[in-house]
Amino acid sequence: MRNVPDSLLRHDKRHAWIAFAALAIMLLALPFATDALLGRGWVRIVDFALLYIMLALGLNIVVGYAGLLDLGYIAFFAVGAYCYALLGSPQFGLHWPFWIVLPLGALLACVFGVLLGAPTLKLRGDYLAIVTLGFGEIIRIFLNNLNAPVNITNGPQGISMIDPVRIGGFSLGSTHELFGLTFPSVHLYYYLFLCVTLLVIFVSLRLEDSRIGRAWMAIREDEVAAEAMGINTRNIKLLAFAMGATFGGAAGGLFAGFQGFISPESFGLTESVMIVCMVVLGGMGNIRGVVLGGVLLVLLPEALRHGAGPAQHALFGKTLIDPESLRMLLFGLALIVVMLVRPAGLWPSTQRRRELSPDEDVVHQEQDTVYDSSK
Amino acid sequence: MSALLEVRDLKVAYGGIQALKGVSLDVAPGELVALIGSNGAGKTTALKALAGLLHPAAGKVHYAGKLLNDCAAHRRVRGGLALVPEGRGVFARLTVEENLLMGAYTRNDRAGTGVDLERMYTLFPRLAERRTQLAGTLSGGEQQMVAMARALMSRPKLLMLDEPSMGLAPMMVAKIFETIRDISAQGVSILLVEQNAKLALEAAQRGYVLESGLITLSDNAANLLGSDEVRRAYLGG
Repeated sequence: MRNVPDSLLRHDKRHAWIAFAALAIMLLALPFATDALLGRGWVRIVDFALLYIMLALGLNIVVGYAGLLDLGYIAFFAVGAYCYALLGSPQFGLHWPFWIVLPLGALLACVFGVLLGAPTLKLRGDYLAIVTLGFGEIIRIFLNNLNAPVNITNGPQGISMIDPVRIGGFSLGSTHELFGLTFPSVHLYYYLFLCVTLLVIFVSLRLEDSRIGRAWMAIREDEVAAEAMGINTRNIKLLAFAMGATFGGAAGGLFAGFQGFISPESFGLTESVMIVCMVVLGGMGNIRGVVLGGVLLVLLPEALRHGAGPAQHALFGKTLIDPESLRMLLFGLALIVVMLVRPAGLWPSTQRRRELSPDEDVVHQEQDTVYDSSK
Repeated sequence: MSALLEVRDLKVAYGGIQALKGVSLDVAPGELVALIGSNGAGKTTALKALAGLLHPAAGKVHYAGKLLNDCAAHRRVRGGLALVPEGRGVFARLTVEENLLMGAYTRNDRAGTGVDLERMYTLFPRLAERRTQLAGTLSGGEQQMVAMARALMSRPKLLMLDEPSMGLAPMMVAKIFETIRDISAQGVSILLVEQNAKLALEAAQRGYVLESGLITLSDNAANLLGSDEVRRAYLGG
């Protein structure tokens, strides 16, 4: 890199700026493009994709960086969502403003993260996975049953009529006319989610290249050695849980405001597994990979739902298998194929790819070393 | 008190099994001390207890005049006590340079860390060539170098090495021991645990022999190397 001529570097920089501008315009125009090309329902799907990307990036801190397999991550999403719902709905008649409720939800999720982290500090791998899985279920079952003797969560019926996100006097829950364009509610949420997702990406990037980030990776690689390096493994692991949970809680609050309705059903084990899939499928520990994983895992089932019917008509002239049941089958198949063909994920970090590819050089290196030292 | 490290009657038990039954040893400032013994004698247990990774059942550990017993592992590193763990324990999916930087985790001086990084590359030129390579893809000897350089990055007063020769080619072992002598010559105190008694005693000034959790012999290294017991038990007659 040091020998690259200056003019070339400037050239590169200009290219990067053009690419950046193109990406920004594309992201800004995306909801209008999907409306025009694919149909009305797609912006909503994209909104969900963004929520899942936030979740996947949050889980990436715990699983990807610190190497702690968490199968109950959706619980933090639930905590954030219920915090928002209880403080901003007719359930208790509270209608606290969005900018208080959302951070509060994130903070509460953070506390739950520490609550989960503290007793599981000594656990690794399978054992940790089992405990976190149990934790996720406990939260869901609590939410399901907290309607008696005192009705807090309204049980399985869930909470409805949750306040939409309102920034100042500007409600994202209704259609607005801006700059001569009509912005329906889903479009407005898209822009909000996009901003938050970009913020989460930014924070993840900064964490990755920080002292804390490196400490997480050291713990992932070898906990005893990490402790011998002077890392306070207990606190750093708790921090990973807390940080990941905070992201999850914030996403949960946004979800509640966006949906207007939540029930324990949305926070089941399948959701947790789905988020783990996004992280693993995309490429553990690599932010671009995780984003890609999130996008694919939300869009793929939807694309299959909409595409499977017409495709069968085109091939056989009639619908042989109900697209709804076919879609999860194809989805599962796609996951298996990806894991077989690309075990490190679709977009792994360059380092991990190097590690997983068979490296014949190592043998030669060993011999070199021996010859070197004989000199 | 002149000793940098003073261990008195250290006992460690795993469940009901006593691994260390009362070990006492000293390391003076700048000294290279070898702790030798056969498999399962408790050598690694002793080092782990000294590094704070295991909690002793009884005994006292004084380091630089302070009682270490209730000091957490990560605080001991701050105090200049560094361990190169058995089996090297490099961070496989981090690059060589990232590994070395992890060694400086407890330090806050960026400039000093940078200087030390270059110093490590001078001490181990091999690592300079491989600085962007993943530590897990290195050969065993190179990984040992990474582990040692990483420990040195914390600017230790006392370096504890656990079986640095394990699983290495003879040429590599010679090179590693050469480096250990270099480090010692720079004034770092070293507590060296080895199964290879001959090599360890040749490098060390003093030595201890550990047998099933007890120190059975202690003398200066040359005497131990010449003694009949050590010859019979560890040097093959």
